[in-house]
Amino acid sequence: MIENRPMTTFVSHTVLILGVALIVFPIWVMLVASSHDALRLTQVPLPLLPGNQFWINLKLLFSGKGFSAPIHLTLMNSLAMALMISVGKIVISIISAFAIVYFKFRFRMFFFWMIFLTLMLPVEVRILPTYEVIANFGMLDTYAGLSIPLIASATATFMFRQTFLTIPDELMEASRIDGAGPMRFFFDVVIPMSRTNIAALFVILFIFGWNQYLWPLLVTTDPDMYTVVMSIKQMLESGENEPQWHLIMMTALVAMLPPILVVIFMQKIFVKGLTDSEK
Amino acid sequence: MQKRVHYNTSYLPYLLVAPQITITLLFFIWPAVQALYQSFLLEDAFGLSSEFVWFDNFAELYDSENYLNSFTRTAFFSVSVAALSMGFALFFAALADRVIKGSHTYRTLLIIPYAVAPVLAGTLWLFLFNPTLGIIPYFLDIVSINWNHKLNSSQAMSLVIIAAAWKQVSYNFLFFVAAMHSIPKSLIEAAAIDGAGPMHRFRTIIFPLISPTTFFLLVVNIIYAFFDTFGIIHAITAGGPGNSTEILVYKVFNDGFVGLDLGGSAAQSVILMFIVILLTVVQFKYVERKVEY
Repeated sequence: MIENRPMTTFVSHTVLILGVALIVFPIWVMLVASSHDALRLTQVPLPLLPGNQFWINLKLLFSGKGFSAPIHLTLMNSLAMALMISVGKIVISIISAFAIVYFKFRFRMFFFWMIFLTLMLPVEVRILPTYEVIANFGMLDTYAGLSIPLIASATATFMFRQTFLTIPDELMEASRIDGAGPMRFFFDVVIPMSRTNIAALFVILFIFGWNQYLWPLLVTTDPDMYTVVMSIKQMLESGENEPQWHLIMMTALVAMLPPILVVIFMQKIFVKGLTDSEK
Repeated sequence: MQKRVHYNTSYLPYLLVAPQITITLLFFIWPAVQALYQSFLLEDAFGLSSEFVWFDNFAELYDSENYLNSFTRTAFFSVSVAALSMGFALFFAALADRVIKGSHTYRTLLIIPYAVAPVLAGTLWLFLFNPTLGIIPYFLDIVSINWNHKLNSSQAMSLVIIAAAWKQVSYNFLFFVAAMHSIPKSLIEAAAIDGAGPMHRFRTIIFPLISPTTFFLLVVNIIYAFFDTFGIIHAITAGGPGNSTEILVYKVFNDGFVGLDLGGSAAQSVILMFIVILLTVVQFKYVERKVEY
């Protein structure tokens, strides 16, 4: 703080609290709705304070009655997809960045630009042809089909390249004099020195993977392969009946909890990673 | 670009880039080439026969009032999302920059929307604004505003804009806060000694100094609104009522997977690709110059 202005500070806090309340309001309403029964959620006005049905709704959700896919299954699918995408992206990006920075080889720049090109081809603009490729490989309704087409990452490759460029050359020379080959150097020096970047990237990519929607919607037709995020849409389209809002809101809560927890508990590393890497 | 010293191994680097390159070729480059090729074809809905038609698909899009409307709609949508989201984020960041106590709590709560999947964000806002049940239409009714985004297209558009902006506030907030932190304290203190109040300082020092971040965020937000809002729209309006919330990405999906107009959908993908390339070039050109204060 530059000067002592109690009044301005007070106003700042008040406005911030109001602003935060506005941002959190939809989440609050979801929490409230997930703790009431179906009947209460058909009466106007809807409640703004929590009810006592929270555990009953949660149990109902995990019993899997009346849904196309039981929620523990969709949660497992989401977890598998998110981990495959985030770990996959990190692994293939770190090794290709290592090759591009530490080796001199033919077509190095050509490969680099090819990876760069993927930045310009988000899945949304190539959905139909990519879908055809996956269908031809027989990868529909598989974890591989869900994750592999999203795994190439220009952003992660750039970030690792940037990090590697800050590692002093002397370390590599020293390791070479000591007789360590490139892979030994990679595992013993490069990876330990990129730990924070790997962690930050993991948070960002885990959220990216978990929250995928359009792609799983296209490649999964078997309810056992649905992800929890996309299963919400089926619940919204309950046909003739009014949507069962208490269960929809409970599903939404369960579906958004893992990424929210990851962001909150790894906040420091996430914020640093986000604001450093994407600039 | 590269180290002063490097390894000379014949096959190892190829092995290391192989996974990334293979995936890029199979699932990025090849489909993109396919989209380009298909955009020149006229295929029947069953994929039984196709005919090479040169630029007919593009000409058809150019003549289609529906498509051109979707273009202006997308532009309006993304500019509104960027403006609303960045406006709120900048406001919060300026306030959070002033206070010391509790700033961690504010930040923790403000970053929650970042972690919420677009389709879930859409579901939450759909519930809040549900015409028959929702809490907000209930209060709007008291001031005699009749809310029904299922029928009223401008209300539908406002709702998807609000939901999309809500989700992006966190991201913008974090970048604005980081930008404000990097401004040297001595500048602000000097201005304060010269008698400039908080508002005055924000207008004449902070805002001009964070303008590179503002510009960067503008590009990122537009990319976000173009490509990452599919889930929001799919959950809230599914493009309706009429086509009033059908943005370009949604139309590619709708025409390709629902309408089975493969050539037309591919032509739209190709146009979208050019838009992404344009935006990426703008973004990267800018990033080169970002350090110039």
